[in-house]
Amino acid sequence: MKKNIRTAILWVLILAAGLWLLNALFMPKYMSDIPEGALIAEYYKEETGHDVIFIGDCEVYENFSPDLLWREYGLTSYIRGSAQQLIWQSYYLMEETLNYETPKVMVFNVLSMKYGEPQSEAYNRLNLDGMRLSPQKIAAVRASMTEEESLLSYLFPLLRYHSRWNELKGEDLRYLTHRDIVSDSGYLMNVQVRPAENVPTGRPLGDYSFAPVCWDYLDKMADLCEEKGVQLVLIKAPSLYPYWYDQWEEQIEDYAARRGLPYINFLELTDEIGVDFATDTYDSGLHLNLYGAEKLSRWFGQWLTANCPVEDRRGQEDYANIWNEKSAAYAARKARLEAEWSGEDPA
Amino acid sequence: MSFASTQFLAFFGVLFLLYYTVPRRWQWKLLLAGSLFFYWFAGWWCLIYIGVTTVTTWLAARRIDALAREQDAWFQEHKAELSREERKARKAKDRSIRFRWLLGCLLVNFGILAVVKYTNFVIGNLNAAAAALGGGQPLPTLSLVLPMGISFYTFQAMGYLIDVYWGKSPAEESLGRFALFVTFFPQLIQGPISRFGDLSRTLYSEHPWDSRQIAMGVERVLWGLAKKLIVADRLAIPLRALVADPEQYNGVYVLAVIFLYAVQLYADFTGGIDITIGAAQMLGVQVTENFQRPFFSKNAAEYWRRWHITMGTWFRDYLFYPMSVSKPILKLHQKCRNRFGRFGKRISVHTCSIILWFVTGLWHGASWNFIVWGLLNGLVIIISQELEPLYDKFHARFPRLKGSRGWDAVQVLRTFWLMGAIRVLDVYRDVPLTFRQLGTVFTAFRPQVLWDGSFLELGIGMGDWLVAAAGAGTMLACSLLGRREPVRERLSRHSPHLAWGGCVVLIWLTLIFGVYGIGFDATQFIYNQF
Repeated sequence: MKKNIRTAILWVLILAAGLWLLNALFMPKYMSDIPEGALIAEYYKEETGHDVIFIGDCEVYENFSPDLLWREYGLTSYIRGSAQQLIWQSYYLMEETLNYETPKVMVFNVLSMKYGEPQSEAYNRLNLDGMRLSPQKIAAVRASMTEEESLLSYLFPLLRYHSRWNELKGEDLRYLTHRDIVSDSGYLMNVQVRPAENVPTGRPLGDYSFAPVCWDYLDKMADLCEEKGVQLVLIKAPSLYPYWYDQWEEQIEDYAARRGLPYINFLELTDEIGVDFATDTYDSGLHLNLYGAEKLSRWFGQWLTANCPVEDRRGQEDYANIWNEKSAAYAARKARLEAEWSGEDPA
Repeated sequence: MSFASTQFLAFFGVLFLLYYTVPRRWQWKLLLAGSLFFYWFAGWWCLIYIGVTTVTTWLAARRIDALAREQDAWFQEHKAELSREERKARKAKDRSIRFRWLLGCLLVNFGILAVVKYTNFVIGNLNAAAAALGGGQPLPTLSLVLPMGISFYTFQAMGYLIDVYWGKSPAEESLGRFALFVTFFPQLIQGPISRFGDLSRTLYSEHPWDSRQIAMGVERVLWGLAKKLIVADRLAIPLRALVADPEQYNGVYVLAVIFLYAVQLYADFTGGIDITIGAAQMLGVQVTENFQRPFFSKNAAEYWRRWHITMGTWFRDYLFYPMSVSKPILKLHQKCRNRFGRFGKRISVHTCSIILWFVTGLWHGASWNFIVWGLLNGLVIIISQELEPLYDKFHARFPRLKGSRGWDAVQVLRTFWLMGAIRVLDVYRDVPLTFRQLGTVFTAFRPQVLWDGSFLELGIGMGDWLVAAAGAGTMLACSLLGRREPVRERLSRHSPHLAWGGCVVLIWLTLIFGVYGIGFDATQFIYNQF
């Protein structure tokens, strides 16, 4: 009898180990392709806390440079952004972040107010697969799932990614147990230049109201930050497209005024910031490139220093050691990407 | 809920744990509750249908049984007072009373089946006939939803009722126990069609934890899931493409449809039955086998003794035999014998065969495809019986052939392709199209598509074809190796590590190569629709 139990335990352990290994093998690694998918998980490798946390979609992880905020203002910041991050995903990421640290400021980009329902499985995966298992992850998955998805496949990603068996590459083995860092504190660097020309204006909408569920989550964010003593700052990044309607702007302004929250629409400040959409965007105005992101961060760093309880930590050795190292990596990445871009660009 | 779904795994997991936790005398009650829940999951309204069948059958069987006992008691008491003629008359009268109960119950239950399954088929045919005759307004079709497993549980319940009428089986006294016989969830959706005498032997017993039985059951469930998810559902993808565009996919593609559908249906149906038998085994219940390596049959009759065995024996015992000794058939037999001599004797048997296969076809589905499919099966069996003297002459001339491996292989391959060619009536839209497609094998063969890469444009790539081939090859190997004893029995006897290792590898392989999840929705088991 004892022998049977020992045999059973042994094989259950072998089964579990095999499943763990298969999960690791079949999960997309997002190293050479779609690095956006690696952003959320990178946060857990951070060694220090942060004064400022950015939350939101590509309009944060493409438009702000935490490294510049450090170098010029001594601010420690991190971007918990991911592609087409929906507001409930942002909320649960915010809640989860507050389990790890209590920053001084949370910056939330309001573009996702336009999405009142789950959008696509592919984006859900980019946003949620990287989250560590937690009540927040489960809640985020439940809130985000499209009809065809199941919670189980988020808990056991093999159930989703098993069909990759015929597209596994060397990368899948190489990154079985670890990942390279693809961002700079959540910022996904791009040095290419593609000027914004003929930016389309928004076509009229039948209804400009944001969905009630979005307001609920925005309320929850404001309540959570208030409860934790964190300053919530609402922003609209200076991306020319998707179009940001005046009617949306009014609703956010009203909300911010009602809740006593600062709200900055960077689209109205591009001249002041110095963003030039002929040189500061890599995709015709959807996102800023490194040069635009640094200009925007420079302005915002000044604003944060003036308006929020943040501190310059450049003199604090434990921070300085880590952040200077990050700066070096940032500079190296910038140099490498610029070399690649200038090599590619026939001009 | 499909067997190949997480809901079923969760449902069964919970039920299994409870089953071995509750006091053993409650086990069958728990199974009944689980079965009703399983059925309710398909739609609460389904419970009404199965409830009507359960209650009417139980009542009728009880009444028939009680009548038989009362009549027997009365007869024993008054036997001495009655003349031979009176005794005969009395017996006939008693039988007639019991028969009315039987007939009433059969009419109610087959009536329900006929209405929900065949009404729209009849209306469609009436409308087509009226249109052909230049008739007026077509009759509207009804929106009837087929209750899950109705063909299976109706046949199972009616088989029990007839057994009680024949005195082969006692009537079950407890409505709950009888309800469990009808609704027992592992076999509810695709059979096998169990007999009360077989299933009741283990269904209501108290089952202590039996590691070996449970392990064997788990292995069988895993094997069934692997067949369904790795082979059947993978082959369903190119098959759908091949059948959807018959204009493009004719000639040699039709041979591919015959071959692929044979493998897919076998993997799907036997996979489902493996899960049924394995799940029941895990609960200590013995369910009848439904397949016996049918693709190794040497003729059509043998094939039908080895494929969907419980359906075949049901039709044989409850339709063919009673029909063969019925008055009209005996009269026909007499007439034909008088008129046509030796051959005439067989006309009545062949008539019964044709009726049997017509009903078998109809049972499979309300469409001419299935009816023609059934009739063709009957026809092939009749022709092969009639040609037997010819075969005998042939073997007398070539005595070495009979029993040789080569000739056996020829017979096996002939039966496989013949049955396969008839079976494609399941997949093509209508009967004329099926025959046109089969005809193109001779008129537009085009074998080059077998190697010019055309098969890689049917929704699955080379890797998937290789996985399907490896899966089908493994099934074939297990079938060959398991002729005397199932492979899993042999493995477990060698070493428990081999059995455990087999299970673990099966889980890994099914999780990796199974066709499920986003992009592939695990298809329903094909036999669910019957």
